[in-house]
Amino acid sequence: MKAERVKSKVRKTLIGMKFVDGLLFKILVYGLLIILAFVYLYPLLHMVSYSFQGVEDLLNPMVNQVPTELYVQNYKEAFLVLDYFKTLRTSLLITLVPALVQTIIASLVGYGFARFNFRGKKFWMMLVLATYIIPPQVTMIPRYVLFHKLGFLGKALSIIVPATFGQGLNSAIFILIFYHFFSQIPKSLDEAAQMDGASPLYIYFRVSVPLSIPSFITSFLFSFVWYWNETYISSLFLGSKNPTLQMMLQNFVSAYKSVMGGDDGSRIANEAVRMAATLLIILPMIIIYFILQRWFIEGIDKAGITGE
Amino acid sequence: MKLSNRQRENLYGYLFIGIWIIGFLWLTLYPLIMSFIYSLNKVTITAADGIVLTPIKLQNYVDIFSKDFNFVNALTDFIGEIVLFVPIIIIMSIIIALLLNQKIRLRGAFRSIFFLPVIIASGPMITELIRQGAGTVPIFEDAEALAFVEQLPRFLANPILSLFSKMIIVLWFSGVQIVLFLAALQKVDSEIYEAASIDGASPWEMFWKITLPTLKPTILISSIYTIVFLATFSSNSVLVHIQNNMFDITTGYGYSSALAWIYFVVISILLGIVYLLFKQRKERKEKKVRRVR
Repeated sequence: MKAERVKSKVRKTLIGMKFVDGLLFKILVYGLLIILAFVYLYPLLHMVSYSFQGVEDLLNPMVNQVPTELYVQNYKEAFLVLDYFKTLRTSLLITLVPALVQTIIASLVGYGFARFNFRGKKFWMMLVLATYIIPPQVTMIPRYVLFHKLGFLGKALSIIVPATFGQGLNSAIFILIFYHFFSQIPKSLDEAAQMDGASPLYIYFRVSVPLSIPSFITSFLFSFVWYWNETYISSLFLGSKNPTLQMMLQNFVSAYKSVMGGDDGSRIANEAVRMAATLLIILPMIIIYFILQRWFIEGIDKAGITGE
Repeated sequence: MKLSNRQRENLYGYLFIGIWIIGFLWLTLYPLIMSFIYSLNKVTITAADGIVLTPIKLQNYVDIFSKDFNFVNALTDFIGEIVLFVPIIIIMSIIIALLLNQKIRLRGAFRSIFFLPVIIASGPMITELIRQGAGTVPIFEDAEALAFVEQLPRFLANPILSLFSKMIIVLWFSGVQIVLFLAALQKVDSEIYEAASIDGASPWEMFWKITLPTLKPTILISSIYTIVFLATFSSNSVLVHIQNNMFDITTGYGYSSALAWIYFVVISILLGIVYLLFKQRKERKEKKVRRVR
């Protein structure tokens, strides 16, 4: 009798009433999460461990993951080849400015769609969505020709101007975020201000913008990250004169050869140096992510682009 | 002068979205038309006259499909990858979101790890990782399995090999989708589950009958996001091919515009299929409701 009760108790803690509330299920959930988290982090761990390996470690088949000593020379070389601070400045210029401009414009356009019932609203809204689907490759050649005529090529303007006109990278998503957010603010708020004789622009700046600061931060961060990681269009428009960090990584092997290669160009970038360079390039983003991560993740939650 | 309410709405609506309309006409619609015109021409650039168009009708398109095997192969590989990767990304995102939605400690930390790749994954960085063989789990580098896959027909073998070589990278592309699914899961009313549980439904049944149907709109959004993301990812081989042809003297702007248009059509078809797959049933349900009324 007693044994049976113990048995059923054990069974209850292990499996629970419905399995999902038992201990076994908990172990399963944590186990899967830890394995998946490890898989997600594996490339990063690989990069970190390789980036600290000296030539001996790389050649030694016994040394696989953990380096025998922390070999910092890789980072020094990568730092030098990338011309880090100068390149970082270029990168920041062509990512921060467009991200900021894009966010402001998206909020204005999103506000227009959310708060005013103008003729042809549905039509323009459809077009906004359509611009998300049109691959930039279709419009990039005529844009290239156009920017060539205007003298934008090779300058930050070639990235900033499309952002200013709401045609930047993933602009449609940001317009949708703001559209969604501004639709949720009760209209009575505007009407009260309007009664007092405030103009819509005044209401936008004084009533709506202060309320939407979280949307601004989230949009800005995503815009920043996407511009930072985009290399295809930016390398076409910017050319090779003022490379960004990402573009330097793309050409790292040849850049290394010309900087560190020696007189006969015999020194070639080994994988350790390349991993160090890669880490240096993602470092600014990782720092920002650690400081501001809640704005990234909760931002998507709040922005509520989940169903439209 | 006092504006009527109607006029006011029109005026201010267009005032706010005006800059977007100008941008759309100038930087999207006009380039779209131009690139279509380019695709029907041989475009040559001379120092004296600038850009010279020589109409050749559909010759660019004919050339692509009859001679440019590299492009056709890259395109079929791309389609294969989409067909294989998108379901994997969506299913993995749902699984991870379900795991994160349990009552667990350190949810925030796990969520941050799964979201981290969104922040750091760029074309050159991913290329570096794959070149190092760090983009996959060692299990997928098993020589026998690889030999087996290589025997499959090309349209099957290539996407699978590509999946094996960047298994983790494929998972990496699911950060945004996980958060979207998690948000959708948390919006489901817990009372529904309680009610179902009282009626004797098992967790398994509840997943298929309650959870999955509520996730459907999110599946559609996530699939579209995934396809667009993969299609425009900087290291995509189709994109590289388009850009290479742009500066190739023998092909040039006209030819690569035609390539871009074919790519556009292919992506639109893929998006259309996804849309039909996940939109259809909703309409059917609405019809049923209407009939009942």
